[in-house]
Amino acid sequence: MAEKRLRILVAKPGLDGHDRGAKIIARALRDGGFEVIYTGLHQTPEMIAEAAVQEDVDAVGLSILSGAHMTLFPEVIRLLTEKGAGDVAVFGGGIIPEEDAGKLKEMGVKAVFTPGASTEDIVKWVRENVRPRE
Amino acid sequence: MKSKQEWLEQVYNRGKERPVRFSTLSDLEIEPLYTPEDVKGDYAATLGYPGEFPYTRGVYESMYRGRLWTMRQFAGFGLAEDTNRRFRFLLSQGQDGLSTAFDMPTLMGYDADHERAIGEVGREGVSVTSIHDMARLFDQIPIGKVSTSMTVNCSASVLLAMYLVQAERQGVPWEQVSGTIQNDMLKEYIAQKEWICPPAPAVRIVTDMIEFCTKKAPRFHPVSISGYHIREAGATAVQELAFTIADGLCYVQNAVERGLDVDEFAPRLSFFWDIHSDFLEEIAKLRAGRRMWARLMKERFGAKNPRSMMLRTHAQTAGVSLTAQQPMNNVVRVAIQALAGVLGGVQSMHTNSMDETLALPTEQAVMVALRTQQIIAEETGVINTIDPLGGSYAIEALTDRMEADAMEYIRKIDEMGGMLRAIDVGYPQREIAEAAFLYQRQLEQGIKTVVGVNKYSIPEEIPIEVLKIDKELEERQIQRVRKMKRERNSAAVREALRRVAEACRNGENLMEPICDAVRNDATVGEISDIYRAEFGVYKDPGWI
Repeated sequence: MAEKRLRILVAKPGLDGHDRGAKIIARALRDGGFEVIYTGLHQTPEMIAEAAVQEDVDAVGLSILSGAHMTLFPEVIRLLTEKGAGDVAVFGGGIIPEEDAGKLKEMGVKAVFTPGASTEDIVKWVRENVRPRE
Repeated sequence: MKSKQEWLEQVYNRGKERPVRFSTLSDLEIEPLYTPEDVKGDYAATLGYPGEFPYTRGVYESMYRGRLWTMRQFAGFGLAEDTNRRFRFLLSQGQDGLSTAFDMPTLMGYDADHERAIGEVGREGVSVTSIHDMARLFDQIPIGKVSTSMTVNCSASVLLAMYLVQAERQGVPWEQVSGTIQNDMLKEYIAQKEWICPPAPAVRIVTDMIEFCTKKAPRFHPVSISGYHIREAGATAVQELAFTIADGLCYVQNAVERGLDVDEFAPRLSFFWDIHSDFLEEIAKLRAGRRMWARLMKERFGAKNPRSMMLRTHAQTAGVSLTAQQPMNNVVRVAIQALAGVLGGVQSMHTNSMDETLALPTEQAVMVALRTQQIIAEETGVINTIDPLGGSYAIEALTDRMEADAMEYIRKIDEMGGMLRAIDVGYPQREIAEAAFLYQRQLEQGIKTVVGVNKYSIPEEIPIEVLKIDKELEERQIQRVRKMKRERNSAAVREALRRVAEACRNGENLMEPICDAVRNDATVGEISDIYRAEFGVYKDPGWI
């Protein structure tokens, strides 16, 4: 049986319009063979969790450059769990200090990529770490 | 004498060429040598004199020998009182122009007490919710004597109204108010992504503002047509040139269709370019832009007033080129970019600070950035000659090529039915995303270099500082806004807002009703809510 293609939601929370990185990652993941859904800008955690459930994705990648990562990541995880989708892998990237990245991983964020991470690193991480949901 | 081709075959090819791609930052391939063979145009038609059509060599006859460019550094933070103190300090230091940065809620049309404003109040700029904040911002600053630049777009109509009402309260007639408001909505859909309603009504509001300023505040520049954000989003230099000028054409077209005489309003249009790191490419871009605008205004719109054809521009060095790694290197990048801006003939400039990728700049870093411009102006001697690189075979060939490539984009956009249609189908958005992706790939493959990042990197701790939100400041502003909303005459506010909604529907110019609304203490969020209700909310199509 052919392996199911992984579905990834790339999401951009917050009021800012810095979507250059999110779009590059979405494109790289798509070229890497995944099914990619990009939310577009200005999403709230509620909208992101809802889209993840609606689209039945295996992972959610958040792009956060506003400095609000310590509230947005846990909020998305909480809402996913509330909607019975706590097994969706949440990862992300942006301008995130090392010490915050450590704390985020303790809160259940699977991977945090900071400026300088290559698109290849990210595609490789998804390939090796994200599994289709049951 | 040999032809260039013969020289290439017989002489150049005997030498060694390193196996790298010789191309600009935007990936235009560059030849090893340019000669008179590469510069085909007639001198008078393509270059001419500074201060004369087609303005390739400069918009003013004496350029920097007459007056240096304006060194205009952008500032804004916290509550209006905080920014007011900074403004008064800058004015006391001899600066004669102010440049205002607003916070995200103000920029997106939300009041400080809105749910979506949480954590953002006063963070990346000053918080302005009502006329009372505008009054605090300009307390003891004579609006009739300073020129103020306001970087705001989808809520620009409200901020302009507040500024004019504040002028009125200082006893300054609108005819004496000078300044610039960015108000370039088309580039929001293309690049910066700060919007309220869909593109067509947004352009209607911009057109209302052009019409209103032309008639009521003729010294105010109602739009600053901006390539900066387009480039920062990943566009090439040619795309920046093409999409920005196409945006300008769309505003002019709409204003002309409104019945305005092109020579009445076009002299008050100004531009805003990004100055990136590819030195010759940037100089060529600035020169090509002037020639394109002059020709298009004359040929397409029949402009007769020379000032309608002059592309006057502000410029800012490229924020996106700054690196968190080895941040001192940024001083060098900014200096080279600023030099390109000056050699390209800009009218005003902001130079970025070396530490801006890490946090809000320190005072020392801001000082170095300003000194960079002063050193170029007063030590390097480049200001002695107007357009000193004019006539360089390489510069002229590149100027011609950028103009031709950008005109090809403009032709495609015309074919689609203009920029509004092009944005609807995601054309500029996709072109930029494609260019950004290609550049990222080239960086990862080492085809393009960023010193200290993908080459010459060193083990280093990068001190990423996240700006801590001052909860107390935010709370103070929220309480102040709530108190104002409780105490104002709510019937008058409702009536004024109803008039704004009516103008949205019946097509009358929105600016007078908005001025009335702000006089009656209506807020940026409330007027933006009228836009949301009357015109709908634009949703990011998320093109990738």
